[in-house]
Amino acid sequence: MSTRPIEAIVIGASAGALDALTQVLTPLPADYPLPLLAVVHLPADKKSILAELLDMKCRLSVKEGEDKEPLAAGVVYVAPPDYHMLVEKDGTLSLSSEEPVLYSRPSIDVLFESAADAFGPGLVGVILTGANEDGAHGLATIREAGGRCIVQRPHNAYASTMPLAALQTCNDARTMSLPEIAEFLKEAGGLP
Amino acid sequence: MSDNTDDIELRLLLDAIFRKYHYDFRGYSMASIKRRLLHAREKFGCGTFSLLQDKVLHDPTVMPELLTYLTVQVSELFRDPAYFRGIRQHVAPFLKTYPSIKVWVAGCSGGEELYSLAILFREEGLESRTMFYATDINPKALRRAEAGVYELDRLAAFTENHQLSGGKSSLSDYYTAAYGGAVFDKTLRKRVVFSDHSLVSDTVFAEVQLISCRNVLIYFDRELQDRAIGLFADSLSRQGFLGLGAKENLRFSRHADRFIEFSKEDRIYQKRGAS
Repeated sequence: MSTRPIEAIVIGASAGALDALTQVLTPLPADYPLPLLAVVHLPADKKSILAELLDMKCRLSVKEGEDKEPLAAGVVYVAPPDYHMLVEKDGTLSLSSEEPVLYSRPSIDVLFESAADAFGPGLVGVILTGANEDGAHGLATIREAGGRCIVQRPHNAYASTMPLAALQTCNDARTMSLPEIAEFLKEAGGLP
Repeated sequence: MSDNTDDIELRLLLDAIFRKYHYDFRGYSMASIKRRLLHAREKFGCGTFSLLQDKVLHDPTVMPELLTYLTVQVSELFRDPAYFRGIRQHVAPFLKTYPSIKVWVAGCSGGEELYSLAILFREEGLESRTMFYATDINPKALRRAEAGVYELDRLAAFTENHQLSGGKSSLSDYYTAAYGGAVFDKTLRKRVVFSDHSLVSDTVFAEVQLISCRNVLIYFDRELQDRAIGLFADSLSRQGFLGLGAKENLRFSRHADRFIEFSKEDRIYQKRGAS
């Protein structure tokens, strides 16, 4: 495993995402030293209140990622509905309205692949509950780039398809329960 | 962070494309352009960007096809109906007071945004005094825009969007179904000039009252965004309007103070009177 310090966390979730993300993010402190980026599958035509909801529940600040926004520690960037969110190598975000991937825009794969390219071994990828296969390819890309891969234990997940698909492309990923993932993220940030 | 080999080759490829064909993608957002070029690389059966560069430099048939990967061409008629409702309710009443109107659809791609505006202008009684400029860098996209033919399976979404945008007629009034596609009424493009224009390298070509440029700036880096927005400001008449994509804004732009937020929610800006 890489010794390069962790620089960012990316998280993908779909069906059952709100509850799962809440459990993973609420234990993290407001001064968490890394940026976190999340893709949740949302209907394209609705104004999403996901970021606001999570922001109320979490000590971290949670917002929708904006085009060309520089990443900051302790902030959770959620991809806006109907746009892909990508990370540039200079640590800023880019949005894109390219075709949906696996019927999804935003797509977990798109975020994960760009983040793997930007952060290499300095990245942690987390796949949570979900009912399709988005994220499986992206997680494999993170592993190839030397990053760390975490998958929610499928039998604990609200929908197990996404974690199972991720484990198929990334069979050495660590499986954890939601509280264990929160603990792991704390340690990844160098917190006690 | 040092570039890996892929990135070095990617930059050389973009440089080669610029030198040989004068298409300048060097100031585009790299994350998404890399993703699209990785697809292209696979499609052309090249293991590296250097091999793709070799192909694009020596086989003249490759560049036109590569251009479809380099430029994003995803849209719908009346995409984000709230934006078109905003144009209809807040901008059209202003334009109605002008004797003649010029509209620039910048980065028109396959023409979806252009036809949306042409239909809206007809419904609002503005059509007869309006001239549209539809520009793009991709000749293939311009030809598609000029043809105005869309797949039948996209029409349900188009029709719903049109209604949500406050459409005053039935979308089916504007097209006929033929040969498995929907052909849009050619009178809609009677007052349209289709033209090749690059926001990266070209300059002002007309004074216009409305610029609609949706989901184009997100593919540019900050510097290039600034150039394009400056070009828009220079092209607009006093109190002219600029409409952007739902997730685009002028907040970080060098030219932000040349505009006021006219309809913040709909991303419609108005050029300040005195400048």
